[in-house]
Amino acid sequence: MQNDKPKSPFRWKRIKNAFLNVFTNPYNIIVLVSLIVLVYFIVVPLGDIIATTFKVQQRDIRRIPGSSEGDFTLYYWNRLLFSDVSASLLWKPLMNSLLIGISTSVLSILIGGLLAWLVVRSDIPWKRGLSLLIIIPYILPSWSKSMAWTAVFKNARVGGVPGFLNSIGINTPDWLAYGPVPIILVLTIHYYAYAYLLGSSALQSINSELEEMGEIQGASKVKILARITFPLVLPALLSAFILTFSKSIGTFSVPAYLGFKVNYNTISTMIYSQSTSSNKAVAYAIALILIMIASINIFLNQRAIGARKSYATIGGKGGRSTLLKLGSWRMPIFIIVMIFLTIVVILPLLILILQTFMMEQGKISLSNFTLHYWLGEEFSKPTVYEGEAGIFKNKLFWNSLWNTVKLVLSVSVIATLIGQMIGYITSRGRGKFSGRLVEQLVFIPYLIPSIAFGAVYMSMFAVRRGIMPALYGTFALLILISTVKNLPFAARSGTSSMMQIGMELEEAAQIEGANFVTRFARIITPLSKGGFFSGFMLIFIGVMKELDLHILLLTPKMSTLSYLAFSYSNDNKEPYEYGCAVVIFALTYFCYWVAGKIGKVDLAGSLGG
Amino acid sequence: MSRIELKNVDKFYGNNHVLKNLNLTIEDGEFMTLLGPSGCGKTTTLRVLSGLENPQHGVILMDGAEVVNADDLHFLPPSKRGLNLVFQSYALWPHMTVFENVAFGLSLKKMPKDEIKKRVQNALDRMQIGEFTQRYPSELSGGQQQRVAIARAIVSEPKLLLLDEPLSNLDAKLRMDMRTEIKRLHKDLGTTVVYVTHDQTEALTMSTRIAIFFNGILEQVDTPIHIYTNPVSLKVADFIGNPKTNFVDAIGEVKNNRLYVESHIGNFDFNSKYFTDEAMPSGKFPVVLGVRPEQIVLHTDGSGYAEGHIYSVQPSGSETLVQVKVNDTILLVKEIGLKRYQEDQKVSITVHSHLMTVYSKDTGRLIKYAIELEDDLNQ
Repeated sequence: MQNDKPKSPFRWKRIKNAFLNVFTNPYNIIVLVSLIVLVYFIVVPLGDIIATTFKVQQRDIRRIPGSSEGDFTLYYWNRLLFSDVSASLLWKPLMNSLLIGISTSVLSILIGGLLAWLVVRSDIPWKRGLSLLIIIPYILPSWSKSMAWTAVFKNARVGGVPGFLNSIGINTPDWLAYGPVPIILVLTIHYYAYAYLLGSSALQSINSELEEMGEIQGASKVKILARITFPLVLPALLSAFILTFSKSIGTFSVPAYLGFKVNYNTISTMIYSQSTSSNKAVAYAIALILIMIASINIFLNQRAIGARKSYATIGGKGGRSTLLKLGSWRMPIFIIVMIFLTIVVILPLLILILQTFMMEQGKISLSNFTLHYWLGEEFSKPTVYEGEAGIFKNKLFWNSLWNTVKLVLSVSVIATLIGQMIGYITSRGRGKFSGRLVEQLVFIPYLIPSIAFGAVYMSMFAVRRGIMPALYGTFALLILISTVKNLPFAARSGTSSMMQIGMELEEAAQIEGANFVTRFARIITPLSKGGFFSGFMLIFIGVMKELDLHILLLTPKMSTLSYLAFSYSNDNKEPYEYGCAVVIFALTYFCYWVAGKIGKVDLAGSLGG
Repeated sequence: MSRIELKNVDKFYGNNHVLKNLNLTIEDGEFMTLLGPSGCGKTTTLRVLSGLENPQHGVILMDGAEVVNADDLHFLPPSKRGLNLVFQSYALWPHMTVFENVAFGLSLKKMPKDEIKKRVQNALDRMQIGEFTQRYPSELSGGQQQRVAIARAIVSEPKLLLLDEPLSNLDAKLRMDMRTEIKRLHKDLGTTVVYVTHDQTEALTMSTRIAIFFNGILEQVDTPIHIYTNPVSLKVADFIGNPKTNFVDAIGEVKNNRLYVESHIGNFDFNSKYFTDEAMPSGKFPVVLGVRPEQIVLHTDGSGYAEGHIYSVQPSGSETLVQVKVNDTILLVKEIGLKRYQEDQKVSITVHSHLMTVYSKDTGRLIKYAIELEDDLNQ
């Protein structure tokens, strides 16, 4: 029963309809726009990094005989990998980064996994409070913890006032004050939350009937833990391990705070110092190596946990869950956990806050109490930190606060909106090539360490490019980079909120004759409000504490609070530095609290902030 | 009121060929049920009809007008096809009240407010949920949500009403009630209805005609009675009927214009006037007898044709299902009312040869019709 009409694929009507079908379908339009944006802001920069490492830079023309600017060269890779400086440029920092990455991950998994198990599966008391306290270090910017560390352990080796221990007469050794040990410990305190969040959601999804079955078969509690529970949460822990590893080798601010002053370099501080000394090509080559390590990680992660997304938590609800009795160990374990949390959560905060009220650092007494660092007028005490004004009296502070608020708000709004759009594409385009492509592209910024991303954007938008004007030194660049860097998370939260809106709800409206705009306005937007808000809050908190991404792009004029704290630290103006950290903590915690009050925000979804 | 023709429709999802050269005509005012196991293409057919999916090949006509011509890439948008759809999940918008849900489509058409109100109330009253206008879907029971979904679909007075497994989320009792209701609705509105289900009871009780799908291929289109008594293939015969049809392997041979069959449950011969158009090989060939469980008669006094013994008994009040083992073949027998048998009790069976169907084992096609009830009486 074939059509008897002869068929030609080039009939005019067919071509016209094909064209109309493609361009009147709003899905295609959004995909097209998203692709252009993603390619321009993600793929082009990545290509740019690669290309730059093979091109002769102007400042190196003399070093490479017979070359002119822009020629193809292997000079930089050669210098990085095979020259006499490659040890100090690459190999040593790389080893340091790997050491930090592995140690941090192992420690984080141990601590986070144990805490998760205690909170989820045991009958430890005061779970609500515990689970909040456990999360707090994660909400704090990681660099503020390194500050707290220096406030306690700083010794006389570097300038500025000594730390708390030193001022009461305990001389801290160098290895405890700076370098790998404090870096690893501080990062562990920051990142154990990953293992905790991933581990606890995995544990929650285990049906306790599985464990009870083991009990019926006669297995002891330890056997059950080792043979049933542990293998079930292993994928989650593995995932947390790899996540922590790739985060901690790429992190900049903590090694910078605790390593720079003793010349302890990691691969990310190397990128920073090479960029700031205009060794762009070398910096990029190092960045590429970092990106490669991160990609291998993600790949391993996906292999390890199968089809699951590398940053996805393990969902699903198990059945009933009966708690494991700790018995006579219940209180001792609780006390140990509380001591641990006091040391890693409460103490650092307390020390930071206290130090801002102590005229002379380290001397904690009532007579030493002052509000000078908060409220002192400029030059009211000319000998104290060059007469620097108190934080609340300092124009620079208000300027930075205002910048931070502006940045955080605009990035959260823009990124969340784009995230919802991309979420729409990936959820509706499930199984389509376009959906997968957008999903993959938007994931790339996740692979690029913040510091490397900053380096790329710094150079890419230093000059006019096509319709984009030169953006270096503008606020727009900060918004742009923060938005792009946060897209993976925005898209993820957008996808999950769009996935919750059944396709049929939209199709029902389509049948009723609602066009795309009407559907978006009257069906999708009202229904995705909750998801929008939660995505918004996650990005909000993430951008608030961001430093690594901005450090190369900021100028004193456009400083954010994090950057202000960093520059105070460079000038050894500790009380001001701590003050900034306290303000950021207060703001972030406030937002987190509000988010928790208004809507249920899934913190696990923000992994990577 | 709408006559629908699907011609040579092919639909692919990627490399997955889900509708294979589908040809189906749905007459004006018909209640056509698309029936088949999950993944057979019935829902895809519905979605292609509605315009939510576009086929890669084929033509769809509604009242003679072309709504789809895949070769010209001509696809009329769903809202211009004069149809409405009830989704399996109901797809009620959770942020709108019942009234807003039902009024949505009308309000898009810029209908005057009074008119909308009148028509919405009308539709809701017809579905007996007139008092729930200001509730949100989450405040309604599953059955009530179902009624809202139907009200939303009929308020625009569509020429064609599509229903995608509308009863599958309801419990057994509600399902019975809604079956009656939908059947009544079809009679009152006179609309052409296309109804997708995997539940054969729904299909058999409600439809004017049933289209059975397997793996994207339309196997049979016929009235419920014909489908039940004479499934065209073993596949359809296996699918239709609850409890399942008994299949008995046998040897057939056509001699003197009659079909002779030898089997464990007896030897039969059939008049050629009951033959189908399927070609039959010469000589002996394997066949399969299809015997509905209610057509086997059990005898405890040894007066039956074939001897066997009781394998298991499942009384369920209104009927008793008995499994009988006859020469290594287990047959399912359905008897009305409560019957008392002992396991391993000796029994014998008789089967009326006119009521059984015969299939060629090689092609799986029907080669001999069974007689429908009314014809049987004339014998």
